[in-house]
Amino acid sequence: MSILVDRGTRLVVQGITGREGEFHSRQMLAYGTQVVAGVRPGKGGQRALDGIVPVFDTVADAVHETGANAGIIYVPAAGAPDAILEQADAGLATIVCITEGIPALDMLRVMPVVRAAGVRLIGPNCPGVTSPGRAKVGIIPASIHREGPVGVVSRSGTLTYEVVQALTDAGIGQSTCVGIGGDPIVGSTHLDILQLFAADPETTAIVLIGEIGGSAEEEAAAWAGEHLRGVPMAAFIAGRTAPEGKRMGHAGAIISGGSGTAAGKVAALEAAGIRVADTPAQIAGLLVDAGVRTG
Amino acid sequence: MKLQEFHARELLRAAGLPVPPGRVATTAAEVREASRELFAAGHSSVVIKAQVLVGGRGKAGGVKLAAGPDEAERVGAGILGMTIKGITVRKVLVAPAADIVHEYYLGAILDRAAQRILVMGSAEGGIEIEQVAKDKPEAIVRVHAHPHLGLMDYQARRIAFALGLGGPHLGDAVRIAKGLVRVMVSNDADLVEVNPLAIVRQPGADGPVTGQLVCLDAKITLDDSALPRHPDLEARRDLDEEDPADTEARAQDINFIHLDGSIGCLVNGAGLAMTTMDLVKRAGGEPANFLDIGGGAKAEKVAAAMELIVGDPKVKVILVNIFGGITRGDEVARGLVEAHARQAREVPMVVRIVGTNAAEASEILRAAAFETAGSLEEAAERAVAAASRLATTSGERAGGARP
Repeated sequence: MSILVDRGTRLVVQGITGREGEFHSRQMLAYGTQVVAGVRPGKGGQRALDGIVPVFDTVADAVHETGANAGIIYVPAAGAPDAILEQADAGLATIVCITEGIPALDMLRVMPVVRAAGVRLIGPNCPGVTSPGRAKVGIIPASIHREGPVGVVSRSGTLTYEVVQALTDAGIGQSTCVGIGGDPIVGSTHLDILQLFAADPETTAIVLIGEIGGSAEEEAAAWAGEHLRGVPMAAFIAGRTAPEGKRMGHAGAIISGGSGTAAGKVAALEAAGIRVADTPAQIAGLLVDAGVRTG
Repeated sequence: MKLQEFHARELLRAAGLPVPPGRVATTAAEVREASRELFAAGHSSVVIKAQVLVGGRGKAGGVKLAAGPDEAERVGAGILGMTIKGITVRKVLVAPAADIVHEYYLGAILDRAAQRILVMGSAEGGIEIEQVAKDKPEAIVRVHAHPHLGLMDYQARRIAFALGLGGPHLGDAVRIAKGLVRVMVSNDADLVEVNPLAIVRQPGADGPVTGQLVCLDAKITLDDSALPRHPDLEARRDLDEEDPADTEARAQDINFIHLDGSIGCLVNGAGLAMTTMDLVKRAGGEPANFLDIGGGAKAEKVAAAMELIVGDPKVKVILVNIFGGITRGDEVARGLVEAHARQAREVPMVVRIVGTNAAEASEILRAAAFETAGSLEEAAERAVAAASRLATTSGERAGGARP
């Protein structure tokens, strides 16, 4: 098994005719993901990706016609909150929002509606979700994965690739890799994803990648300390050298008023019995120490 | 983006909140003129406040009182041009000096964990709220505004009562608390803070009378992601206080933060860029910057990023770390070669490119005779080693030049 996306995922792509949307939709198809529909208002009835994927005017039409159960969003920031709400309204169970630069207060208003609809939102400003060998919903390069038992959750994009590549190189495969996004307000937190991994019988070890800013890693650590004591885990926190009061690229990566520091997060993770690597390359070793088998 | 105090005051005033009058001055003569108007209006003393985006103005001597136009001019001349935490003061705010009866704290911030706007109030005003939170957490009242309805009257009243403002000031306190949330929402702010909010004595016909609740200072931080839809606020960006490199980085859509070390870093992705800095430090070096070229960067953007890094005279070595996903390794390599060809000074470089088109990148780098590394640790260690070799050589040279 895996979490969030798998062979049963039937994906609708919002923004499929855009440059990014089209490029990544091809990659997802090539990976074996069932991309069943695209949405572009005014282009309903056309077909995208060399005629393979039908395009609809609305997400509701796409769901009705194709039985789509998950959505991905590549539309620009100004239209992304609307896209999230349209997908939630159409009854999709899982929504991945790749879009970067959505104002925080827009997400603040969107989230109660998403929660009330019972939808699982990943992102925004995230690289998406891949369950190796099953489905890829997002922009994570396919080549870095290997199938296996380790669940990976991270706020970053390329840092996640770095970690996953190192795991794969060490012979440690992944069940699902989830990039939850670098914004201050995201649909799913580290804790949400830990809980999904905990309930997945095929995920038997977990890697948590965090960074400065906010308190999501601390909250996840506290829960893991109580509920995941027997599960092999390793963590990495980026931003040990980041200065206070500066936004480090991600809108959410900022130390303010002395809170959200890397040191605080490392301490919280260690207090929960989770070993924290000094470098991404050390993570595989920590997992092996904790009992994860390679090869 | 942080707003200057006088801009923050304008936004509060525009929302109908009680903010005392004030004028911005950029010369001592303007300070004199602004103060003269306030004295003519019956105020007995004025306060002159440095307008800089760093904290600790008061301690640095950037906030002073004056009892007449001559003194105001003199004080203004002293504050204008002074340096506070590396920032030269170019503007001051001239406002009536307040006769304070009691100071409070009132602020609205984005509470990430709760995904709500959090309004905080405290009767311990005038000091930093972080300090109060540390020393006396029970002295802070916290209320979450509804994401769709805003701060309700009953919530604002709860804050007012907790602050001891249940008496004649209740109505004003409620209006101000609700106003802060309105200002936050309408301007897409991350933080709107009034510290102090104060009850002040105001001049009456028969001497001072205890008067209204007013916002004596204001701090607003805007959500950078929302600035595209607030061109009026973007126009308030203070370029005087910004490093020209930051202005250039923004124009190129590069995430760049200048630091104090000697190893320049060029990375794709924010998390990986932070990690690269961390590994430089771990290898015994100091990063000169945080730099994230973003996803899918083309050769020109890479070249622009290189220029930003080389423009810092403290940079001795450049460490390039690219994990290609959407970003193509060969594009980056081409950008490096381009930038290197027109570089103003020779700076050694250690390049690590993996992921998409890494093989093509490797050929380009080899043809250009750039030093390359396989892993991130190796790249960081070699960059630090190169920097310390340079430090040793230049040290020897300096030593040799001595008589």
